[in-house]
Amino acid sequence: MSRKELISKVGLRLDGRRADELRRIRCKLGVFSEPDGSAYIEQGLTKVLAAVYGPHQVRGNRLKAQADAVIINCQFSMAVFSTSERKKRPRGDRKSTELSLHLRQALIAAIEVEKYPWSQIDVYVEVLHADGGIFPACVNAATLALIDAGIPIKEYVCACTASIANNNQAMVDISHEEEILGGPTLTIVALPMSEKIVLMEMSQRFHLDHLKSVLEKALEGCKNTKNILDQAVQNHIVDVGASTGWASTGEKVKR
Amino acid sequence: MPSNIQIRLATDRVNYTIALNQRIPKIYTPGEVITKQNEFMRGHGTYEENGDLKASVAGVKEEINKLISIRPLKCRYNGETGDVVIGRITEVQQKRWKVDTNSRLDSILLLSSVNLPGGELRRRSAEDEHMMRKYLQEGDLISAEVQNVFSDGSLSLHTRSLKYGKLSQGVLVKVSPTLIKRSKTRFHNLPVGANIILGNNGYIWISPIMNVEESSVGGFVQNLEEVISKPERETISRLRNCIQALAQCKMMLYDTSVLYAYEESLKYDVKELLIPEAIVDLGILTQERISMLTSG
Repeated sequence: MSRKELISKVGLRLDGRRADELRRIRCKLGVFSEPDGSAYIEQGLTKVLAAVYGPHQVRGNRLKAQADAVIINCQFSMAVFSTSERKKRPRGDRKSTELSLHLRQALIAAIEVEKYPWSQIDVYVEVLHADGGIFPACVNAATLALIDAGIPIKEYVCACTASIANNNQAMVDISHEEEILGGPTLTIVALPMSEKIVLMEMSQRFHLDHLKSVLEKALEGCKNTKNILDQAVQNHIVDVGASTGWASTGEKVKR
Repeated sequence: MPSNIQIRLATDRVNYTIALNQRIPKIYTPGEVITKQNEFMRGHGTYEENGDLKASVAGVKEEINKLISIRPLKCRYNGETGDVVIGRITEVQQKRWKVDTNSRLDSILLLSSVNLPGGELRRRSAEDEHMMRKYLQEGDLISAEVQNVFSDGSLSLHTRSLKYGKLSQGVLVKVSPTLIKRSKTRFHNLPVGANIILGNNGYIWISPIMNVEESSVGGFVQNLEEVISKPERETISRLRNCIQALAQCKMMLYDTSVLYAYEESLKYDVKELLIPEAIVDLGILTQERISMLTSG
């Protein structure tokens, strides 16, 4: 199949989506009991687990502790069985280290770092199944885990990919198949409510004329993702809060 | 060989939510505008941007006069003066111990705020500093009260009462601090034959009833010789499993709810209380009894 046919004549993509449709997102908060916060997200077939520990006392190298900001420590890893070819090591290779740094950069934009002096927040993400757009899924999962941990963030941090098909049509949320067949992939991490872009990365060059439309598509994708995550958070809070009788949140309970 | 081992698929997961039919308050999520008027003061879980008051955590609004705060449903322990906490010693330093209390930063227990053996009115000498590891060493569990909160958020503890001090035989259960119901008494003598300390920081201590005469040693004795009988151990394990089950169902923990759960659990074996179906059943039964209490 050639690159030109990523979107068919009737406007459908290889997996039957339209150009501006996201893959199905399913997510769950509070999947573990031991960490302070945890989340699981599925974007299409990409599956990611995230766990957040903290804020807690800086362990290990004390000298790293800062008087004015919290240390954010991110670790990205991919399960060895997550790709079609078995990976040799789950973390520590160049790609994982790079993604860890990117994830940290994305989260710092949202976390109110100055609130927690002398402490540390650990974020661990693990890709269980990689099917394109792993970094966006990791960012979204980490955001949900932070919310579950009750760590103050300014707003949701969402990420999305976009690409160009048939040489002029922008499409959103690229799957693995499209990543291979298609050309350039643009990944953005954004704060969708204030429309700020935190991080932007391109896998290949493409013509400047296309940038605007692709960027808009990706931002649109971020906003849609945010709405889906927001709904999931609300449902989770309702579930948990109803069992406690809202007592922990100051709502009066009769005795 | 153990005969019955329970293995289940992830798809057979049990849903632990036992939601009541009640009014759902408005839920705020991070970034959501709470109010556009700027006459309010911003409390915890909120921030101000372009004149709007916005939420920074997901939770329910709490309004006291002009102060608006959003309380998340799960977070680390935020200490307040007078809280009773259970902690574990992580470090022995000069003149003080560092204590892990599930708080954002390690808490501090000063040598001067503990009761040393030999009476209240005793000067603390350099020898005491050298002896610190003999009183409390790394890994020891203590119960203490929060004396004050420092500006960076860390807590200063004290054990200047015979109620507090080193814990000897018992079981520690860790739950989310938001599940502990605030009440005046934290030490409960349950009629089923166990003592229970509900620490405000989400650490719960279950211990057998010991018949020791409280002396002036200031709570540094660990009576590890006394043998705890099997029925007592079973009671403690059952209590532990009940508390764990209530926490799993996200129900508030206080003396009555623990006691009800214990009574409802008697139809199960102790080890059966770890099975998800039993946990949900226990949660529902306890919930029902509590709601009968409140309505009747």
